[in-house]
Amino acid sequence: MRLSGEKWVQRALFAVSFSAIGGLLLIALFILKEGLPFIFNVGIENFLFAKKWEPQAGLFGILPMIVASLWVTAGAMIMGAPLGVAGAVFLVEFTPKSVMRVIKPTIELLAGIPSVVYGFIGVMVLAPLIRSHLGGPGLSVLAASLILGVMILPTVISISIDAITAVPNSYREGSFALGATRWQTVRMVVLKAARSGIVASIILGMGRAIGETMAVIMVAGNAVKIPHSSLDSVRTLTANIALEMGYATGLHRQALFATGVVLFVVIMILNSAASAMVKNRMGGRK
Amino acid sequence: MNPHSWLSRLCGFACAGLIAAFSLTGCGKSKSSITLAGSTAFQPFAEKLAEKYMLINPAVNVTVQGGGSAVGIQAALSGAADIGMADLVNLPPEAEGLRSVVVAKDGIVVVVHPSNQAAGLTLDQVRGIFDGTIKDWKQVGGAAAGITVVSREAGSGTRTSFEQIIGNVRLTDNAIIQDSNGTIRETVANDANAIGYLSHGLLNDKIKALTIDGVACTPEEIMLGRYRLVRPIFLLTRSEPKGDLAGFIDYMLSPDAQKILQTSGLIPAK
Repeated sequence: MRLSGEKWVQRALFAVSFSAIGGLLLIALFILKEGLPFIFNVGIENFLFAKKWEPQAGLFGILPMIVASLWVTAGAMIMGAPLGVAGAVFLVEFTPKSVMRVIKPTIELLAGIPSVVYGFIGVMVLAPLIRSHLGGPGLSVLAASLILGVMILPTVISISIDAITAVPNSYREGSFALGATRWQTVRMVVLKAARSGIVASIILGMGRAIGETMAVIMVAGNAVKIPHSSLDSVRTLTANIALEMGYATGLHRQALFATGVVLFVVIMILNSAASAMVKNRMGGRK
Repeated sequence: MNPHSWLSRLCGFACAGLIAAFSLTGCGKSKSSITLAGSTAFQPFAEKLAEKYMLINPAVNVTVQGGGSAVGIQAALSGAADIGMADLVNLPPEAEGLRSVVVAKDGIVVVVHPSNQAAGLTLDQVRGIFDGTIKDWKQVGGAAAGITVVSREAGSGTRTSFEQIIGNVRLTDNAIIQDSNGTIRETVANDANAIGYLSHGLLNDKIKALTIDGVACTPEEIMLGRYRLVRPIFLLTRSEPKGDLAGFIDYMLSPDAQKILQTSGLIPAK
């Protein structure tokens, strides 16, 4: 009797996990179905590499948006990744466990702040600061990068802490036994051992930064042009979809789905590149 | 505790919770509901009128959404909203099959930061600024500084009307785009070099309205036809409104409601 009960549990769990994966697959297929015909229709050069986005005139070039997304994400990573990893290292290696027990849940709480709140602070505080001290309209690549950098900090710190804590203490003890200082141990032993987890945290942070829509619409300015400096206004791929999806019809709507396809592909490329990098360095160990 | 009974208790609670949730959704159904969607210029006023209407008529639930005039037209066409709100000079061809009623008229004001020295512009200057040929405030009577152009997204009724009346305007690529009248107001209020346009009803003291060709945006000038940046606000429905829908539209056209709109800065439909 218990054996048949187990079979049912197995089937139920299979159904649940399959429905989750199935849902994701259906979303991917829907986006591809709506967006790919457009790309074949209009042609890759007129879509990916053209600079003018004017749906009324039939021009659907998203190059400015691609450049904007990449630039804003790169800025966010420059700001968020080193700070996040350094913060995680500090919290695990250089503070007592009691401090960590208080701080880690607080950081995870920060991850729950809605992005519109970050956007609001960006508009009210950050953009005017940038405008008065650095020039330009204030609503710029720099503002978006700073806000996104702060938004990905909880993700990066949290997962890096888990990765660093997972390094067995025997590694640290062995290193101390060989006469290394704490910083040398961290730099040469712990970080290398925790590398795949830290890279994973950075990838997740990057995914969140590329996909962020609300905060970016509020602070990036949404001008459709290729930025020449960090103080220029830009429109990212996500902002473009969100601003125009409500009223787009026909070819315009398909173009927005095609933008979704591009986002999909960009994120998949980033993820595979990052995991390939992890596999190389680790020499297939993990 | 016996693991089997713990699990079955959990399942029992979950089922009870789901049943309770489903039965509570029935409670909302005794009211009829009306949704409006579209013009962000009219949205705050629609919300005000909706609140007053719900006080008089508690059996009806009215919700108001924004999204821009193009969203209003699409929502009315597809049935996603009962009433689409659009503030456009002319309704576009896709709105042909819809029933429309003018609820108010509204002026578009060109606004700048209160510290800006410019007090007024000609129509040509406005065109030059918005298409990027005029780049500096000193060319039009302000202090020397680059002009930050702020505009709405392409589906906005305010933007479509503005560009249609000014004529021949291709918005500069450097323009900052915001997604509602309210965010344009905030952007201009926070940037001393910004210029934007928004609905006259949304003016407040954080921004300054400019005169166009020497004419200020007031109801009198609009009635005389001397201030040209005006457009009607349409309420669009898929078919002839009946029942509660007709009741709400009649309320919005009633003298009481039109008085409320007039004191808020709009111009009554008549």
